[in-house]
Amino acid sequence: MTSVVATNQTILVVGGGISGMTAALEAAETGKQVVLVESNPYLGGRTVQLYRYFPKMCHPTCGLEINLRRLKANPRIQVLTLAEVTGISGGKGAYSVSVKLKPRYVNSNCTACGECGKAVQTEIDDAFNYNLGKIKAAYLPSSMAYPQRYVIDPSIIGTPDAERAKAACKYDAVNLDDQEETISLNAGAIVWATGWQPYAAEKIVYYGYDRFPNVITNVEFERLADPHGPTGGKILRPSDGKEAKNVAFIQCAGSRDENHLRHCSRFCCMGSLKQTHYVEEAFGDAGKSTIYYIDIRAIDRFEDFYQKVQANPNVSFVKSKVARITQDKEGNPVCNGVNVEGYKRYATAHDLVVLAVGMEPSVKGIDIPAEVMSDSSGFIMADPANAGIFGAGCATNALDVNRSVQSATAAALRAIQVVNKVARAEV
Amino acid sequence: MSDLNQKMAAKYQNNFLKEIEEQAEMGEWVKMCMQCGLCSGSCPTNFQAGWDHPPQELFMMIRAGKRDEVLKSNSMWMCTSCYNCYVRCPRKVPVTHVMHGIAEYAYRIGQSPKNQPTQHLSKTFWDNCTKTGRVNEVKLTQSLYFKDGIGSGIKKAMEMQSVALGLVKAKRLNLMEAVGLSHKCKDIKGIHAMLAKANELEAKRQADKAKA
Repeated sequence: MTSVVATNQTILVVGGGISGMTAALEAAETGKQVVLVESNPYLGGRTVQLYRYFPKMCHPTCGLEINLRRLKANPRIQVLTLAEVTGISGGKGAYSVSVKLKPRYVNSNCTACGECGKAVQTEIDDAFNYNLGKIKAAYLPSSMAYPQRYVIDPSIIGTPDAERAKAACKYDAVNLDDQEETISLNAGAIVWATGWQPYAAEKIVYYGYDRFPNVITNVEFERLADPHGPTGGKILRPSDGKEAKNVAFIQCAGSRDENHLRHCSRFCCMGSLKQTHYVEEAFGDAGKSTIYYIDIRAIDRFEDFYQKVQANPNVSFVKSKVARITQDKEGNPVCNGVNVEGYKRYATAHDLVVLAVGMEPSVKGIDIPAEVMSDSSGFIMADPANAGIFGAGCATNALDVNRSVQSATAAALRAIQVVNKVARAEV
Repeated sequence: MSDLNQKMAAKYQNNFLKEIEEQAEMGEWVKMCMQCGLCSGSCPTNFQAGWDHPPQELFMMIRAGKRDEVLKSNSMWMCTSCYNCYVRCPRKVPVTHVMHGIAEYAYRIGQSPKNQPTQHLSKTFWDNCTKTGRVNEVKLTQSLYFKDGIGSGIKKAMEMQSVALGLVKAKRLNLMEAVGLSHKCKDIKGIHAMLAKANELEAKRQADKAKA
């Protein structure tokens, strides 16, 4: 049985992405007890699935490493991975929370030596790489994974493969009898930081995401550019493995659209501007990018980043929302539409089309086991009726990493105020 | 008709957007367009040959006050009402309806292009089907074919001969309609009363609008 120490002065943080980690660290570093709950087997969320950040083009591993050092150095944070909040009762200052823990089948003896992965034969979809490749059913989710511990996929439990993994382990770290359990814990305040998911691109029927292999999403493109990704960092298109030197980016794929996501997702313009750098980095002057846009929203102080990309002769901009993608005989995706500058029709073939899909809040359509208010897009808002639960990061709005961190710090401060009141009442 | 045009032009002076918003049905949606181009990109008609201007250009011209160019344009009349633009518009602008609204307004104030085929069809179709409550297909086709004179009418009729014969064989076309023996609604009087009432309501609505 997993034991967690938690009282009404504890802050529960739900979601271990950049926002949840930040909220947890900020609160813990002021001396608060924090329980951090994450449904993946690792921390870092969607941020660690990026190849580089804008605007400085540095790698997320850098920021993650700093946060992990802070986390490891802080005894006040208890991290629960493969964990999901299933129930919340009580109120501000005195919540009772039940958490379901899924089995990892690997205990803390694990040294991440990788022998179990070698022994296992079954392959599963690589979720970390947005299912662009396959991995063994005993796996380390990513090279930077925290905890740095293997996971055995439940699909092989009870098969000879699981026994092979167990036999290969020299450290007695594989525990095939691991069971799902539900624990309950107390918390004075809750920070809800469950983040976002990429909009389901197949719903934009006229872009044919589910029909054309060379139409991919922006999050998938991050994985293609990453040396730890399925192609080892080579930008190869899915249909035939050809180098994708002529890449189209389609902005507002789902965002700012009453038929899909009614909000502007804010990060995607900067995301695509950033990704044109990946194309140039891979192919130099042979790499050409085309951005199809309604208007470029380089939110915040990033106009200079936009202007630099605009000045790049290898990047062209077409003011038009692409109306339809077709495919030519060579398997090249063809963008069809009307250029608003001059009102001329175009049908332009590219090697690869990247849909800059927007952010859908993870909380949308999911049953948060507590009453929270949400806006018309499903992002959660501050609820005066339930004043001990605070949203943070992309659960509350479409935000980039920088703004998520700001949002998380604000949420931590609000949570600290709640538990401070509890502390004063209990003295 | 041109009086009404003068009156409207004077009333709105240089604010053509306001004129469209108030006078054309669904015209109030024009300002919602964000110029993404999805409507024209999704349009199945090849407007570069057939249309003067695609929808989002027309909307921009309205905002820019290009009154004569918009009203005299054939663009609105080329719309096939496939509704692709309306279904896809990210702002839910009812593009199809706006096009028809502008077309109807241009016609109402006598500014629409003369002898425009779809305009001719609309008018002929309406007059034809309101007579008996059912369309007299032979007379409708005749009127369309002979729009530009006897010579071109005979030529078009000859071209379509096999289609017409096929329709007759399949009992989809009754040649007796040529002499007025067409199918009719049972209660023609009722239909006419209904249409008269609708006309009355619409006339009142437009009179109110013109006054406002």
